[in-house]
Amino acid sequence: MKGLNKIGGVVKPGGASKSGKSGKAGERSFAPRGGLLELHHVVMRFGGVTAINGLDLTINAGEIFAVIGPNGAGKTTVFNVVTGVYQPTEGGVLFDGRRIDGSKRYQVTKAGIARTFQNIRLFHNMSAVENVMVGADAHHRTGFVSAGLGFPRHRKEEREGRETARRLLDFVGVAHRGDEAAKNLPYGDQRRLEIARALATRPKLLLLDEPAAGMNPAEKEALQGLIRRIRDTGVTVLLIEHDMRLVMGISDRVAVLDFGQKIAEGQPREVQNNPRVIEAYLGAPADAS
Amino acid sequence: MSSIEWAKKPVRKISEPVGSRLDALRHWWAVQRGPVRWSVYLLLTVVAFLLPHEDIGSFMSPHSDWQAILFYPIGGYILLAIGLNVVVGQAGLLDLGYVAFFAVGGYTMAILGKQYGWGFWEIIAVGVLLAALSGVLLGAPTLRLRGDYLAIVTLGFGEIIRIAATNTDSIGGPNGIAGIPHPPNLTDWEIPDTAFFQALDLEGLKPFTYGALDTRPYYYLMVIAIIGTIIFAKRLEHSRVGRSWAAIREDEDAAELMGVPTFKFKLAAFAIGAAFGGLAGVLYGSQATSIIPEDFPFILSATILAAVVLGGSGNIPGVMVGAFLIAWIPERVRGVGEYRILVFGAALVIMMALRPEGLLPSRQRKAELKEGTGGMGSLGAEVGGPGGAQVEGEVSK
Repeated sequence: MKGLNKIGGVVKPGGASKSGKSGKAGERSFAPRGGLLELHHVVMRFGGVTAINGLDLTINAGEIFAVIGPNGAGKTTVFNVVTGVYQPTEGGVLFDGRRIDGSKRYQVTKAGIARTFQNIRLFHNMSAVENVMVGADAHHRTGFVSAGLGFPRHRKEEREGRETARRLLDFVGVAHRGDEAAKNLPYGDQRRLEIARALATRPKLLLLDEPAAGMNPAEKEALQGLIRRIRDTGVTVLLIEHDMRLVMGISDRVAVLDFGQKIAEGQPREVQNNPRVIEAYLGAPADAS
Repeated sequence: MSSIEWAKKPVRKISEPVGSRLDALRHWWAVQRGPVRWSVYLLLTVVAFLLPHEDIGSFMSPHSDWQAILFYPIGGYILLAIGLNVVVGQAGLLDLGYVAFFAVGGYTMAILGKQYGWGFWEIIAVGVLLAALSGVLLGAPTLRLRGDYLAIVTLGFGEIIRIAATNTDSIGGPNGIAGIPHPPNLTDWEIPDTAFFQALDLEGLKPFTYGALDTRPYYYLMVIAIIGTIIFAKRLEHSRVGRSWAAIREDEDAAELMGVPTFKFKLAAFAIGAAFGGLAGVLYGSQATSIIPEDFPFILSATILAAVVLGGSGNIPGVMVGAFLIAWIPERVRGVGEYRILVFGAALVIMMALRPEGLLPSRQRKAELKEGTGGMGSLGAEVGGPGGAQVEGEVSK
């Protein structure tokens, strides 16, 4: 919560804002705007701190969309709201035209949203293949009875999961390390393994949280190609990234967040020259760190 | 720590070769293929069936009835340890009240067999299901808790079952239930009295005739139950279910975000572990023919947990070895009279000092223990391990 303190919080006088749920969220319905993922006036408050303040966002199917902004702008909070880690205080999230806020996290994943994490969160002591198989299991239906008694479905799904895992490891370029424990992979490979694990859940929308963090220029170049290839397979990509070359190079559209609000949105070139964006990055005290 | 440094050197001299042998055995086993493995399984099964031999008994337990202790505590502890290993070793949930499910099985056998006149074979099915159900009943409200809190609640549950049984007159109160019927005989077939079977000490044995005189038929029943549970648990381990448990142990939040319905799988772990405990309870009840609430004390939960940890949490052969030692050592040292529990305690301390990761740990659990994360590794601290606070942390960005 350290970064949040810097925001200085917009506290409404009457808005005894307990973190988490407000009864209102379920009552209103939101008119779909035709996007794959839509945030409708999402507000996320933690106690007196407002991490997201009335955010409207529409991500269209098939595009690479980047969310940028200074540290503490609320970018990862957006991911956490979308994936069900947090329930928005106000507003709603639509995916494929249906409300997904209020769903359990694994239901969000099953609905077709997968993510990676800013600080890598692999299952460290499991092999790379097993990591990806956990993702593939999201659509498997083997329960403990059919697994314990060795029913055919269990065998079929097991075989299919293993094949999926090998194929995806090959796709992201870590196939040669499939049997190693995830923690023994080099940093860049771990990031790509996380992407493979997320893709194994067969997402329509892939959320990448700073995928290039800690990568060297060559790896970033390769990552850029990988993200494009993911998009070309029909997966929409929503990206948080600090590396401006990467963002400007691959994004179809960019939104800029500052203090939990959207201050600009558009094509990379437009956003780059927007005076409010430049001020947010260079002028605001929150960026001092 | 430094005050015991002097003791460590000689101890290491013994422990390191032993430890490396055990590790070498595990590595050898890891690369073996089907035929070798099946031969070993077959050999172990044959050995298990020949264990009640008098000559083995006179060495293993000179002071007590070897055939009786093979059934319980040895066989019973092994079955319970395999069950508790599903909960603790595989799903990483610390359960300190596991004896409750053993009690549910035992009382199911006693009540249905004595008071309702049901047959043993039906009661096995009902007892296992009831125990699984009680696992779900305990788990549903409590599995939202993590780590230490879960441990406390399960501890309470174990005590509640025992105290409730003590105070319920209709099931005998503190006197329990006596006169539980033996299972019906499957056949009265008798092993022929030939030189071959005499050498195996099996002549005249009626392996399917259950009664108070011969414990061996019960022991064979226990062996079959153990083999069945091993197959079940092993299959689970190498399936979506086992993988999900491993993922939950390592990083519960990440697992759920990768589509693992974590609550459902934790509940399944509780139910399966409970079912195995219930099975052990039914078998125990039918052989003992009388049970009292004091057969199911907290210390038994702790003992089985010790067996799991000592043997190598998460690895079925490991927990079986652990359970065997824990059940057998106190019987073996009966000769020293009232000092036997002291000897037992010292043996446990020495073994844990030499192999803190357990005698035969699973590779993955060993790595988790080194990190001090995950499930039992941190004795039930946040299953999330390296994650835990991180989802919170990520808010700040």
